[in-house]
Amino acid sequence: MTDSYRMGRAGSPRLQANKRQTISRMGISRVSLLIFILAAALVLAACRGGRGGTGDQAGAGLDRAIQNKGSDTLVNLALAWAEAYREVEPTISIAVTGGGSGTGIASLLNGTVDLANSSRDISENEIATAANLGIDIREYVVAIDAIAIIVHLDNPVEELTLNQLADIYTGRITNWREVGGNDAPIILLSRETNSGTHVYFLEEVVRLGDRQNRDIFAPETLLMPSSVGITSELRRNPNAIGYEGLGYVDESHEKVIRVAAGPGLPYIPPSLETAASGDYPIARNLYIYTAGEPTGEIARYLDWILSPVGQAIVRELGFVPIVDGALD
Amino acid sequence: MNLDDNEERPSLREMAGQAVRLARATKWDEFVIENGIRLAGMSAIVIIALIFFFLLREGSPAFLDIPLRQLGGSRWYPIEALWGLLPLLYGSILVTVGATVIAVPLGLTTAVYLGEFAPTWQRELFKPLIELLAGIPSIVLGFLGWVTLAPLVMRLGAPTGLTAFTGSLLLAYMSLPTIISITEDALYAVPREYRDGALALGATQWQMVWRVVLPAARSGIVIAVMLGIGRAIGETMAVMMVTGNAANIPELGLGVFFEPVRTMTATIAAEMGEVAQGSMHYHVLFGVGIVLFLITFAINSLATRLVGGGVRRRSGGML
Repeated sequence: MTDSYRMGRAGSPRLQANKRQTISRMGISRVSLLIFILAAALVLAACRGGRGGTGDQAGAGLDRAIQNKGSDTLVNLALAWAEAYREVEPTISIAVTGGGSGTGIASLLNGTVDLANSSRDISENEIATAANLGIDIREYVVAIDAIAIIVHLDNPVEELTLNQLADIYTGRITNWREVGGNDAPIILLSRETNSGTHVYFLEEVVRLGDRQNRDIFAPETLLMPSSVGITSELRRNPNAIGYEGLGYVDESHEKVIRVAAGPGLPYIPPSLETAASGDYPIARNLYIYTAGEPTGEIARYLDWILSPVGQAIVRELGFVPIVDGALD
Repeated sequence: MNLDDNEERPSLREMAGQAVRLARATKWDEFVIENGIRLAGMSAIVIIALIFFFLLREGSPAFLDIPLRQLGGSRWYPIEALWGLLPLLYGSILVTVGATVIAVPLGLTTAVYLGEFAPTWQRELFKPLIELLAGIPSIVLGFLGWVTLAPLVMRLGAPTGLTAFTGSLLLAYMSLPTIISITEDALYAVPREYRDGALALGATQWQMVWRVVLPAARSGIVIAVMLGIGRAIGETMAVMMVTGNAANIPELGLGVFFEPVRTMTATIAAEMGEVAQGSMHYHVLFGVGIVLFLITFAINSLATRLVGGGVRRRSGGML
């Protein structure tokens, strides 16, 4: 009896000790498991987020959504319009996709989209194709993309030509002295390579609009993740030069450079008027094309885009509105 | 009496049955717990394997389809399909080396002071404060660095405040809490007899710390330094904000620390958001991830090798 009794008592504490150990060990591995699951979930979420790109708002209670496709430069603006238009006409849904200006116009000619976004003029070829198909293409300038060249307020340089800008950004000119400024190194600021503004600046300024030109930004160029990154570095660095959408410029904190299209040509300050008239060299129209005269909901949507409300959104996204009222 | 006694006492058969039941219950219990633990442990391994597999699958096209000479190039410009990884490697290494050079002496001396020389009230005040430092989100530190550190570095004479040095300073600051608290723990774990023995032999306090305690805590200190470096090389947001992100390799010299650089982590963070899935750019960014993974792996193996190097288990302390 005593034997068995002792056995039982001796057995149970050991068992408990065993259990306790197991449980605490399990606690640790559970925590690490949880961390791994969280990490994995985050990774997956990040991957999905990357895929999410351009939103699709089709199928919200109407037979057919207005299809809007084209330029990647315009895609965020088009999305913002589509979103804001929901509050105006909740029953109308607008499906926005990117893919590039050419894709948009091609889809318009195929009849698969109602509105084609484009950051360039429609080409002769495309007009000819449309004529063959009996389509009467209508062009609407919906916004202007103008890039202002900005420097520190203390920088004595007031004006530059496009060629000088190209030399500066490719690293052929590295000192402000060479363009009439102080004897100081030029600090180049740019947006990241995935920004549409970066690509436009590359094509129109660094390569001077020449498609054969393969020049690229100097490796010393500081790539900023945002426009705010450019302006705040520019405000504290007297030797920096940067560029940004005209809509973002604040002339009380940064100096805007007057730009000439070439040597001997007049230096033009960027503004609504000079950008709209085409005098300012680093500006381009952003278009929406339709096949034939728009009617019904599509016409109403286009009117709204060109109204002060629609144009206020243009300014919010850093582009130049084409209606004066939207600037204030 | 004797009969009663016999009746109260369980028969041998009963005792055996009880023991078997007990054993069965225990076995079942243990079976569940043991396998639960095994599953948890295995799933961690499986998840790591899956992450590694995913990284390899998405990144390997970069190494298979792009000639090595191009990957070893000195220009990184995705728009023109220039995939030179050298400037990114250079940026990451420069920033991390700078951070290590700043953080290790500072961290070790702070830990030695706190652990060996500081009066108790100081230790009780500073240790929690230092640990609190580790909890500050890196983006907040990045913002502080952008607002305060960058103008300071520019005043030192750098052409811009956004340089490798600024990043190193910030990363050093971020890895200090790790280095200090782990080193301090390692010092704390050195047995009291070691100190007593050293002092009894007539060593001064300084000699005791330098000759006895520090060597005894060596493995813990190595781990502290390695974890600090690990934190530095993997840091992303703060570095992206203060290093200028210029994929450039300046001419060698002491001035290189005062030039902007672009790290691997910042490149992935800046470019992954807009990249088309399945494009070469996408694969190359994962390729950069693989390179980063290999570097951290190398650092970890180096740490294990150093720690394993003939130091007795006991002196390693808390690990």
